[in-house]
Amino acid sequence: MSTIFRPYNSSSGQRSDRSAGDRLRHRQKVREAIRNNIADIIAEESIIGKDRNRIIKVPIRGVKEYRFIYGENAPGVGEGGDGEPKPGDVVGQGKDGKSGQQAGDRPGVDYYETDVSLDELVDLMFEDLELPDIERKRLRQIEIERLFRQKGFRRKGIRVRLDKKRTARSRVKRKKAALKQQPDMPASRRFPFHEDDLRYHHTVTDTRNESNAVVLCIMDTSGSMDTMKKYLARSFFFLLYQFLCTRYQNVEIVFIAHHTEAREVTEEEFFHKGESGGTFISSGYNKALEIIEERYHPALWNVYVFHCSDGDNFESDNEAALKAAQELTRTANLFGYGEIKPLGAGYYGSSMITFFSQIHESNFQTVQIQKKEDIWASFKIFLSKDRAREDAA
Amino acid sequence: MAAEHTLQDLEAWNEKILTLVERFRLDPFPQEFEICDHEDMLSYMVYSGMPSHYPHWSYGKNFEKTKTLYEYGVSGLPYEMVINSNPSIAYLMRDNSLALHILTIAHVYGHNDFFKNNFTFRSTRAEYTIETFKGHANRVRHYIEDPSIGLEKVEAVLDAAHALSLQCRRNLAIKKPTASEEQQMKLSELEPPADPFRAIHRRADQPTPDLRKVPLYPDEDLLIFIRDHNPQLAEWERDLLTIVHRQAQYFVPQIETKIMNEGWASFWHKRIVEALELPQGLHLEFIIRHTQVLRPSPGSLNPYHIGMKIWEDIEKRWNEPSAQDIEEFGPRTKSGMEKLFEVREVERDASFLRRYLTEELIRELNLFEYKKRGNDQVVSRVADEDNWRQIKETLIQNVGTATIPVIKVDDSDYLNNRTLLLKHHHDGRDLQLEYAEKTLKYVQQLWGRDVVMETIIDDRTTLLTFSDGKFIIKKAV
Repeated sequence: MSTIFRPYNSSSGQRSDRSAGDRLRHRQKVREAIRNNIADIIAEESIIGKDRNRIIKVPIRGVKEYRFIYGENAPGVGEGGDGEPKPGDVVGQGKDGKSGQQAGDRPGVDYYETDVSLDELVDLMFEDLELPDIERKRLRQIEIERLFRQKGFRRKGIRVRLDKKRTARSRVKRKKAALKQQPDMPASRRFPFHEDDLRYHHTVTDTRNESNAVVLCIMDTSGSMDTMKKYLARSFFFLLYQFLCTRYQNVEIVFIAHHTEAREVTEEEFFHKGESGGTFISSGYNKALEIIEERYHPALWNVYVFHCSDGDNFESDNEAALKAAQELTRTANLFGYGEIKPLGAGYYGSSMITFFSQIHESNFQTVQIQKKEDIWASFKIFLSKDRAREDAA
Repeated sequence: MAAEHTLQDLEAWNEKILTLVERFRLDPFPQEFEICDHEDMLSYMVYSGMPSHYPHWSYGKNFEKTKTLYEYGVSGLPYEMVINSNPSIAYLMRDNSLALHILTIAHVYGHNDFFKNNFTFRSTRAEYTIETFKGHANRVRHYIEDPSIGLEKVEAVLDAAHALSLQCRRNLAIKKPTASEEQQMKLSELEPPADPFRAIHRRADQPTPDLRKVPLYPDEDLLIFIRDHNPQLAEWERDLLTIVHRQAQYFVPQIETKIMNEGWASFWHKRIVEALELPQGLHLEFIIRHTQVLRPSPGSLNPYHIGMKIWEDIEKRWNEPSAQDIEEFGPRTKSGMEKLFEVREVERDASFLRRYLTEELIRELNLFEYKKRGNDQVVSRVADEDNWRQIKETLIQNVGTATIPVIKVDDSDYLNNRTLLLKHHHDGRDLQLEYAEKTLKYVQQLWGRDVVMETIIDDRTTLLTFSDGKFIIKKAV
């Protein structure tokens, strides 16, 4: 009987990548699963105000391989080793498929989570969302020259753009050509680089037309906004903020916090600072109008205003708030009002949604957020409203 | 890491090992070794060692997982991999040390011998293994490339088929009766028992069997049943079901004999390497490696360890039977070695444990039974006089295909509307409901009509129904 030994073949390195196609397909499935579960992820994970590079665990439902298996009441057997197991001892957690020494002739135990960076997640989430109506003010489009793009190669250029690989290659070419000319040239002779060998990347600036846009985030920080409500409001704005950062390079964001008075705050303060006091919604709106007047004239800017509040406005301010809101709908491309009314919040305070129903402008949108799961839905409502209208038209 | 040995070294050692293999009367297929690197090994692990295999995302998932575990040092790679084929193909990792290679080569011959001689592998047609898998791969790729079918459709069928692939017959040595044989069986079953006083006995009403029922006897080959009885399936869909079924059948014997097979290979690599009389340095490393592979893994089961213990015990008890052994089994007619070779041919894990895992061994291995309580696994029985039998029973339920619920097609025209009725043959273990739901959905997808499964949950007969995209759990009253 003869035994065959086949030596290691390094070119089989390519063969070892035979799983590339299947891995790619798996990753696509993972992405799909994440997209389908985004509402859950946002509800389950407190991703608010987190570092964008943070890795979060995402539960995945779509990529498990289901089979008929036994459930909880199936006992198992283990080896005691040198220890003396006694009835009642805890020997492990959950069912853990032992992998390792043996090749897979059995389906492995499924893992339920995958690691995704927040960045990736945000990308996925916002894949098909857009700020509505961004094109409306065509006349005011400005040209931005932000991106540099590599385009071809040149023989002259600045040092930092030297392409070493191509340079080396052209030297080799020249050497080969030289050898052809003088076959008797000794191979050991030095063959230095010549200026003609140098190759540089050529870059062009990418000009892109983009609209000027500003987004005003107005949040009620009054005393009636308890922890839960604030959490919901912040979650909403956090999504909005992430969305804007991902999709629009040229969007300005203004944060306004208000109780009885309103003031412009930094991003940090907006997401992390608590305040208290009564509520004059009109103050926030007036502040917004003021800022728009000063810095973002609607003739030049696409303006988006979003406001989150628990709708528990001071009675006497309602009229003023309505007036300011009407003013805002006239100025802004879109004015969204999110009312946060957690379930079981005890009393049923006044609702601005009912009050605002007097506004009939088509660019005014209200949603009610009752629980964490609503956030994503309401977010989508805000950002797809205009498109729905366009579709209808 | 450059290996400090050459292929010639391996060939030389292989010669010596082969001489011993023959001296010990092992009877393997011709062997081929292929040297590979760890990336290759990862791939082979994922694709069951096959040089070609049809594509499916689950292998990509498995690859990522295996690779991650390997890279984080959670689990190592196997030292070798052997395919049950003729000639047998084994992969050796390039970076392993010489001592490890010697151990591995000897171990491979153990597996190879087992593949060739154990009765469960008779049905696998080892001569055609490589070509069969290659043919399957070509066919699946062909369907994927066919513009009228495409990846998505193929994937949907494969997803469903994979979920059901192990719902197949377990003992392939028993021939599956043909349709006409089944009819004969059904008819003869209903014949009255032979009765010498037939003349004076009143004749009992003889029921007429309903020979139109499909299937006549519960059918365990789910994929094949669906393939043959769902007229709406396209030819390529039938072919995919066939492919998945065939591949599962190829692996069933390996699932059925894991403990025996690993034990057998370990038993022999130890015998062979000890007989090789390695130089001290090599021998020392061999002992370390051997101990690493064979060490008991407290809390779970190491099939290498348990298997080898039982093989050694059989040899000992047949060579030097105790008085009690003789009283129980009669005087020995076979030597230990003869007995070993007999056992390796005629048993599989379940019967192997039932016959040869003795009370003494259970105590020595310190086996215990655990149950799930909350999220913890809690010891429920330890190896003492009262409990060892139950532990053995539980162990047998946890080896081979006993880990897969037995589910059979009972009726293909349930309620007279082509609903598929499946019956779970409950053995005390309930099904995991989330998985049952999702898997039933796959059954429904392939069957094309409603599916009902009868099972027992919390001691009550329960019907799980998948109909109109909805899953309904109904307890019987």
